Amino acid sequence: MRPAMQFVDTASKFQSSVSVSKDDTNVDGKSIMQMSMLAATCGTRLKVKAEGADAAEAIEALRELVEVRKFGEPTPEEKSRQAN
Amino acid sequence: MEIKKGVAVSPGISIGKCLVIDAEDYRIPRRLIDPSQRMTETQRVRNVFKDAIDELTKLQAEQEEIEGQKMKDIFAVHLSYLRDRTLRKKITDMVTAESVTAEFAVSSTLRDIAAHFAKVKDAYISERAADIYDIEHRLLRNLVGGKRQDIAALKEEAIVVARELSPTQTASFNKEYIKGIATGAGGRTSHTAIVARSLGIPAVVALEDITESVNAGDTVIIDGNRGIVIVNPDDSTIQQYLEYAVEYTELEHRLDTIREKPAETRDGVRVTLFGNIEFPDEAQGVLQRGGEGIGLYRTEFLYLNRDTEPTEQEHYEAYSKTVAVFKSKPVVLRTVDLGADKYTQSRRYAREPNPFLGLRSIRYCLQNLTMFKTQLHAIMRASVLGDLRIMFPLITNLQELMQAKMVLGDVMEDLDDEGLPYNRKIKVGIMIETPAAALTASMLAKDADFFSIGTNDLTQYTLAVDRGNELVSTLYSSVDPAVIRLIRTVIQDAHKGRVEVSICGEMASEPESVMLLLGLGIRKLSMAAPMIPEIKQIIRSVTVEECNKVARKVLGMNSERQISSFLRDAARKILPEAF
Repeated sequence: MRPAMQFVDTASKFQSSVSVSKDDTNVDGKSIMQMSMLAATCGTRLKVKAEGADAAEAIEALRELVEVRKFGEPTPEEKSRQAN
Repeated sequence: MEIKKGVAVSPGISIGKCLVIDAEDYRIPRRLIDPSQRMTETQRVRNVFKDAIDELTKLQAEQEEIEGQKMKDIFAVHLSYLRDRTLRKKITDMVTAESVTAEFAVSSTLRDIAAHFAKVKDAYISERAADIYDIEHRLLRNLVGGKRQDIAALKEEAIVVARELSPTQTASFNKEYIKGIATGAGGRTSHTAIVARSLGIPAVVALEDITESVNAGDTVIIDGNRGIVIVNPDDSTIQQYLEYAVEYTELEHRLDTIREKPAETRDGVRVTLFGNIEFPDEAQGVLQRGGEGIGLYRTEFLYLNRDTEPTEQEHYEAYSKTVAVFKSKPVVLRTVDLGADKYTQSRRYAREPNPFLGLRSIRYCLQNLTMFKTQLHAIMRASVLGDLRIMFPLITNLQELMQAKMVLGDVMEDLDDEGLPYNRKIKVGIMIETPAAALTASMLAKDADFFSIGTNDLTQYTLAVDRGNELVSTLYSSVDPAVIRLIRTVIQDAHKGRVEVSICGEMASEPESVMLLLGLGIRKLSMAAPMIPEIKQIIRSVTVEECNKVARKVLGMNSERQISSFLRDAARKILPEAF
């Protein structure tokens, strides 16, 4: 839930509309309800699309959150490494 | 048309439009609204989201920085859901498209989401369903809470249908507008029943799933005599009930004509009939029905329909108003009986695992001396205005009685210091409502001026049955052989110890129990005012000789079922209209 929240919080900072798709499902990236109902667990492939004046910035910020900061949480592999 | 059978707890007939109160912790049924109400209903949805956001923002700010971090995170998740416009829109769209209540739209939308989460294989996500239920609960609590306040402010006639009503809700009922009550839970001695009887509002309880069978605005007939509720009756049924209502009013008038006559048996034995009240403004009603005083003045209500605890002056005003109505006639005031199902402002949320066996009643008072002394001070100040008497509830041993009397002694000293007048010889009695008190009545008699048997609690504690739990409420009976034996013991010990003994529980107002009680030696009964004429009519139709015979027979019977059917038959012969 926290990653979904961070995603929504980040997306909501921008004017552009943000949509996220998983397989055939397409949801509003600014809605926590829709995002969490995607049930995108760690490792799920998602396609993020932004449309509007600040679309490029929005995509960059979301990419940074997901790929660089990784939601500020260790991935499951990292977790198991820490446990050993 | 749907006919529902429940338990009749307050007599009378009423026909009217209903108002439904759903319970937030019970399944919300799909309830339709009139299409013209859709705007109002969607506004309720928007308001409740706003209220919930405000509430959570406050809660979040109150959490301690470090330990509270986890809670803060949870609240943050809830807040982001509440702020999600698409969620709100989904709910308001449902209200508009399907014409359903805000309660139903909120509940079903969120439950769908929760169910969706619960299905996900990932444990982290599936456990989030709990968050969604939590949000649902918060929204419903606000929606239902708002509805309850609406009832207090009701300005048109309505029949209230609810799963269950709390003492706080019923305390705010206005009998001018509330014409009938129907609840799913409850029993003869449940709180709703007591309040409905004292206000003279027809009521039927234990109707199980009644809230699922009605929608707001449906026409409902409440038959508080036979324990029947009819939802959306057809024209001929309504006609039939209108006629029946007239007949019933005639019977009531007939009973009114005996108001001036004494409650005396055919062989000349005088019985005293008192009224039970909760509010000072009911006192007049007791006099009108022929009551000769107040046998049980329940004072908890000063605490229930308000946000702050009453001041000494407020206690005093309520008591003096009541005493003024009765002048020199006795008014037995029971000191606060809080705890269990009734809470004070400060303690409303301190739940106990087993409240009926917990800190309630006199125990609560003896641990909260400031509050107790405030009440006693007001009672003693009012004691000079008439024949006011004090009764301590839920005594279980002599020590408690001595302690309570000691506190009263302290209060008298305070009054002496303040130079205020009071009745030094005020009568102090106790309720006998625990098996412990009943079995030690001979010891308690030495230090009490009178006994009043509270048959409701005495039955519940003797038979170990929760009177409000419909799963076991059929086991609850004040004519169970065990209860009758305890009552007999108390009466005998009271007579030996030369203390007055009366009955103030519901049993005193049950027509079928009157002969038994007289036969056991009771000469004083206290009951809800509307029941006084009927009970008097029975007393005036019997002889003590007959009653003694009934009591002897009952004491020889070994099953509750046998006793209750025997008593019903005996009473039916005397006053057939009442059954």
